[in-house]
Amino acid sequence: MIEFVNFISNLAMPMIILLIVIYGLIEKKEVFDKFIEGAKDGIKIVINIFPTLVGLFLAVGTLRSSGIIDIIIKFIDPLLKLINFPSEIMPLAILRPISGSSSIAIATDIMKNFGVDSQIGMMAAVIMGATETTLYTIAVYSSSVKIKKTRFVLIAALTADIVGILTSIVICRFLS
Amino acid sequence: MLNLVWPIFIIISFSYAIFSGNLQNLNTSIFDSVESAVNLSITMLGTICLWSGIINIANHTKIIQIINKLLKPVIKFLFPEIKYNQKAQNEISMNMVANILGLGNAATPLGLKAMETLQKENKNKNELSNSMIMLIVLNTASIQLIPTTIIAIRSSLNSKNPTAIIFPVWIATICAAITGITVTKLLIKYSKKREKI
Repeated sequence: MIEFVNFISNLAMPMIILLIVIYGLIEKKEVFDKFIEGAKDGIKIVINIFPTLVGLFLAVGTLRSSGIIDIIIKFIDPLLKLINFPSEIMPLAILRPISGSSSIAIATDIMKNFGVDSQIGMMAAVIMGATETTLYTIAVYSSSVKIKKTRFVLIAALTADIVGILTSIVICRFLS
Repeated sequence: MLNLVWPIFIIISFSYAIFSGNLQNLNTSIFDSVESAVNLSITMLGTICLWSGIINIANHTKIIQIINKLLKPVIKFLFPEIKYNQKAQNEISMNMVANILGLGNAATPLGLKAMETLQKENKNKNELSNSMIMLIVLNTASIQLIPTTIIAIRSSLNSKNPTAIIFPVWIATICAAITGITVTKLLIKYSKKREKI
């Protein structure tokens, strides 16, 4: 099973590229010229988002290393107990929307400490699979078109994240 | 949004680090963060150029029309405002395909291309349009057939059944996506009403 899944997921990207190139050839398009033309646009996109990345990484990196997140968790722990939310998962739930690399690190840590097949370990994995780095996505997408007024996108995306995280916890409880 | 969130993050973490005598750590992480931003951008430069090039080939062939036809009902429901913008529809459907296949590296460049196209017909250039918000929300809560990264981590930790999370992940993402879409649609309706008053 695992080998088959790995095979399929390794196949996806090469197949798409191959298919598109072959299709282009069949329709007698100048495939390489079109590729270069498109790739040039890519440079512009990266230049537009680079300053955002520096600012965002600075804020998130220092937030993580300052240790303030532990304090926040200690502070809201009674509340979590009230709604029966597993407090082991909370650091992951807080960091998941703001930082991709640190949430992977925390999730791996949880899986190691509690056992990869334990209920808490499963919760961490499902949360990682079901959610995205929301703040980063919003920042990169809006800054790529130089927009500062993002209206209600943060509220909508964070609500979706919260529902995703809560559903992950409920499913894992239900399954094991 | 970031004009508010960014200073809050900086003030909280800097003052807490100074207050708790964690200065050494703070200094290291300032330089580490900036460096990882550079590293990520260089990696991204490669993948973004690659996928912008590939999508440009696809855009000139019929393959994109086939994908479009398949996704038409979905796009019509989610993005009613781009009915006549074929280019935006193409890029959004490719972005969706990449997300579903779990090609995070490809999904971002394709999504950013779609943002560029949507900005061209955006009436207020300083504000996200309704379609842009929907696109971003979909990208933060997108259904992925095979969550590859996390399966790889699980199998590296010797899980008995690394792929056991696939089904729970589907359910959780579907719930998240439905919530995201509903909230966005409701807020779009609400903001329209407010404009009329």
